[in-house]
Amino acid sequence: MMGFSTPVLVFARYADVLGSGTVTVELPSDATAGDVLSAVRALPGADQLPPSPLIAVNQRYAALSQPVRPGDEVALIPPVAGG
Amino acid sequence: MRGAIVMRPLDPGALLTEVSAPANGAAVLFVGTVRDINDDRAVTALDYKAYTPMAARELEAILREAESRWDGVTVVCEHRTGELSLGDASVVIAAAHPHRAAAFDAARYVIEELKKRVPIWKREHYADGDLEWVDNGAQRAEAPR
Repeated sequence: MMGFSTPVLVFARYADVLGSGTVTVELPSDATAGDVLSAVRALPGADQLPPSPLIAVNQRYAALSQPVRPGDEVALIPPVAGG
Repeated sequence: MRGAIVMRPLDPGALLTEVSAPANGAAVLFVGTVRDINDDRAVTALDYKAYTPMAARELEAILREAESRWDGVTVVCEHRTGELSLGDASVVIAAAHPHRAAAFDAARYVIEELKKRVPIWKREHYADGDLEWVDNGAQRAEAPR
């Protein structure tokens, strides 16, 4: 099966260091949330991300083992600051 | 239960009215406001940015948890985003219950969980012109439930 490309939403400081609120990554067909992180790490500026940023798939926090499929909404979640 | 991420000024009194009911002998209102000093730096304004659909979903999950932990509690919460000035309310929580202990506990639960889990970020504007994203220092290290 072919891989696919997916947009990844990034916010706040992560958007600043990656230079955009949305980045696009290439994933294998059997991708997981962990593969998304690995692909993001190859982007310019990603050396300023923390070792294990949180990731959300379809607006829920996701484990690194969670599958990511074409059409899923994927986001990196910086340390939150609500309140 | 009602939670919302909004861009307009908050009206704490409206949320208090919303949870009031004849059976509820106690109502607790929590209002979080923009503080003028953080980590010894003078703050002049700040902006809140949210991943709005996920923030609303996570906030609603927290409110449902509160209503299942404290049977009979009614709790609502609004969090504001966009640019806020000193003294503006950034978050309002109103909790009501026939008895005060559950109302206090539910309101406290919602603000503490919100600060750990709801994807909202804050950028402080300092008197010297600097801008910086700040965090609550309490984010869960591992995600899923």
